[in-house]
Amino acid sequence: MRRSVSLRLVAIFGFVFLYAPILSLVVFSFNESKLVTVWGGFSTKWYAALLEDQQILDAAWISLRVAVMSATLATVIGTLASYALARFGRFRFRMLLSGAVTAPLVMPEVITGLSMLLLFVALEGIFGWPAGRGVDTLVIAHATFGAAYATVVLGSRMSALDRSVEEAALDLGARPLRVFFDVTLPALAPALISSWLLVFTISLDDLVVSAFVTGPGASTLPMVIFSKVRLGVSPEVNALATLVIAAISVVIVLASWQMRRAAAQTR
Amino acid sequence: MTEAIAARGARPWEDPAVAPFLQIRNVTKRFGSYTAVNDVSLDIYRGELFCLLGGSGCGKSTLLRMLAGFETPTSGQILIDGEDMSGVPPYLRDTNMMFQSYALFPHMSVEKNIAYGLKRDGVKRAEVATRVTEMLSLVQLDGLAARKPHQLSGGQRQRVALARALIRKPKLLMLDEPLGALDKKLREETQRELIKIQETLGVTFVVVTHDQEEAMTLSTRLGVMTAGEIMQVGTPHDVYEYPQSRFVADFIGSVNLFEGRIAGDFEDHATIHSPDTGSEILVSHGISGVKGQPVAVALRPEKIAIERRLPETVANRLRARVEDVSYMGNLSVFHVTLPTGKPVKVSQTNRLRSDDDAIRAGEEVEIGWDGAASVVVTA
Amino acid sequence: MRLRALAGWLRIEGRAAVVAVPLVWLGLFFLLPFVVLAKIAVSESVIARPPYLPIWDWAEGVLNISLNFGNFQFLTEDPLYLLAYLGSLKMAAVSTVIALLIGYPMAYVIARAPSNRRNILLMLVVLPFWTSFLLRVYAWIGILKGNGLLNGLLMATGIIHEPLVILQTDFAVYLGIVYSYLPFMILPLYSTLVKLDEALLEASADLGARPFVTFVTVTLPLSVPGIIAGALLVFIPAVGEFVIPALLGGPKTLMIGSVLWNEFFSNRDWPVASAVAIVMLVVLVLPIGLLQRTQSEKEENA
Repeated sequence: MRRSVSLRLVAIFGFVFLYAPILSLVVFSFNESKLVTVWGGFSTKWYAALLEDQQILDAAWISLRVAVMSATLATVIGTLASYALARFGRFRFRMLLSGAVTAPLVMPEVITGLSMLLLFVALEGIFGWPAGRGVDTLVIAHATFGAAYATVVLGSRMSALDRSVEEAALDLGARPLRVFFDVTLPALAPALISSWLLVFTISLDDLVVSAFVTGPGASTLPMVIFSKVRLGVSPEVNALATLVIAAISVVIVLASWQMRRAAAQTR
Repeated sequence: MTEAIAARGARPWEDPAVAPFLQIRNVTKRFGSYTAVNDVSLDIYRGELFCLLGGSGCGKSTLLRMLAGFETPTSGQILIDGEDMSGVPPYLRDTNMMFQSYALFPHMSVEKNIAYGLKRDGVKRAEVATRVTEMLSLVQLDGLAARKPHQLSGGQRQRVALARALIRKPKLLMLDEPLGALDKKLREETQRELIKIQETLGVTFVVVTHDQEEAMTLSTRLGVMTAGEIMQVGTPHDVYEYPQSRFVADFIGSVNLFEGRIAGDFEDHATIHSPDTGSEILVSHGISGVKGQPVAVALRPEKIAIERRLPETVANRLRARVEDVSYMGNLSVFHVTLPTGKPVKVSQTNRLRSDDDAIRAGEEVEIGWDGAASVVVTA
Repeated sequence: MRLRALAGWLRIEGRAAVVAVPLVWLGLFFLLPFVVLAKIAVSESVIARPPYLPIWDWAEGVLNISLNFGNFQFLTEDPLYLLAYLGSLKMAAVSTVIALLIGYPMAYVIARAPSNRRNILLMLVVLPFWTSFLLRVYAWIGILKGNGLLNGLLMATGIIHEPLVILQTDFAVYLGIVYSYLPFMILPLYSTLVKLDEALLEASADLGARPFVTFVTVTLPLSVPGIIAGALLVFIPAVGEFVIPALLGGPKTLMIGSVLWNEFFSNRDWPVASAVAIVMLVVLVLPIGLLQRTQSEKEENA
């Protein structure tokens, strides 16, 4: 019994460790004073300052567009890849596909970013495309590593599906494409949502790969934040962080509620 | 629509003029180096309810999946109604399957599940509605049309799966362990219903099951499978009373096997010399074999009489010692040992509620059976 | 019969398309870049746009290929690079061990919690992962700096009287890595521990083992796959980490991710940056291969 208490203490310490920094961001975003340790009273002036910072607003708009497009693309690619890996058994290029799909997950970002940039530069040199770098190259890069995450999320759901449900549809006269839309896709819906959200947040958050593959005039939100905080604490960034955390929490709660409902249905 | 073998009197498999409806010709299925189905040939006739019976991994499900088109035979041929099925995908076959897990579409209502196959066939909406209603009442699910699968009991789901598979009026319906997920009471009820539905619709059924009682109750004929091969095909009565091998005799029901060699082969009887009994066993039917050939005498426990003293008219009489008596309710099973050390099982119906004179463990008794009670198996 | 042939053809073509789309995309945008990376690593650096020379040129019917291995040679000549590689490996290894020491008890407690509470605890572990990585690292600046929260707290309680210098030290980098990658350690550990049959622990206790002995002889050996997966998931990205040393580390913190970043963005020496990346890949090939193998084994066993 005593041992389990000490175990629990470590776990509680772990959770405090995970959440204290996030909490401190939120609390000090409402601080009147610019100094972090000194509580100067409640204020929302940093939020007002944030809304007037054109640089941050522009970057946020770019990041949002990139995140929506790359999450959508990545989910489509991930759906196809995970379907092939889960349903086609042995096929040519299987090893290549599964390797290409999992490698981006563990590849250090500096390497991924640098090599993608070099590819874009080389392609531009040979074909004239992509002309310059910006939103297009950001979307391609984010969709590529995003597809890896999407494949993992969708793959685990796909292999948990009872295959005989798909066979039942085939047996009742539905052609393979029809089976995919009638049976597979509805069953995958919760995983599609979480895969999209996951790629969306990762794209929104990415600094390193973006810094490599973007061009002048297309700075993403994390790049702007990074250049601000490199010089020290900025209460404006605290306010931004609070907004991001609030938005993400709402989405996560909604998504998990939705997923729990869906899970109850399939049981 | 053909009439089912409803009366269960017709025996199309004995009539050379009747062409088989489903022909499985030398079908083999290998997965890598593993042979799941090994050179199986089988004919099934229109209106039959045929059971493939065997333990897990015997290849019965793989055989069924080849009929449905989910697996392609490595070699051999499958013909349904005279048409070669090779290369025909499941969605172009006039067959349907009821899956072991039922495989109901979790996001569709009962009604949508049942209607699915008709919609794929492009049946008009009004007709779909009437046929779904008919089907719902056939499987006694009226009023549950709007429910989702997760709102149904196990028995109700089983009926939805059956209705969904039947609604396209398939030429052949395959059922993979159709009653496996139901509890014993419900299973017995559903067995009778399944036979009734099959007789009403006249559809040919192929049922895969591991439950021998279920196979005996349901089938017009059954095939016993092991290790990818069919050991014996026949009516439940034939397979139980005339097993052709030690495996089948032992797999279906309970049996005593006395190993021995053919000692004498006469016009109206034969004798088997068995070291197991330490005697010559008299068999009153003809056997096919030569003198000295090793065989086994298969004898069901309920066909053996057990008394303190048996009349001398009993053809085969042996002394035995009762080791143990298991009371099973409807019958008692006596575990006895012969002087040779061979254990033998004997069962007796308990006609009386209590019997002060019942044979007890430790007693010396006689067991015996008639010359017609046993079967000689060579394989 | 023709319908049948068409159906067969559609099935094959449909499958090919399903495989081809992700394969072509990933081949073009993920695998091909490594070929280009290798090419640039053997190019010569020039001040131009792009800042490297082509490795071949075609002049008057003569194909000239010049492979410049000087970039790699350069890496061995300046001790900065070797120190940075070693520094990264050390940072990553130490952080992995600390993450394991914190993550294992957490995963254990979650896996042994009642199943209704388990999901909530698990969500609490994953939730920070969904909030911005950059912002979470940034949060530590406010906590660790000279007049930050931690020093404020310690001085207010009278434990120390002079603010500690924590920010811009290696310690802050360890803290940042452990903090950021802890969920990656906990999740695989949790998934092996939760599958551990409770009856095994009961059997061990029944046979006379004390809880600690049961842990060492039953739980720990059975959770080795989770430990390996979790350790690699922390170690591999930590080696190439850039953001954490950039924000929390000091001038003396030497990590290879930062070196690559500086070669590229400050020195604009693309070929040397590529050479740094290639060597980093070579260093990481072993752990990445190991991770791939454990993952595919897991898939097969599932």
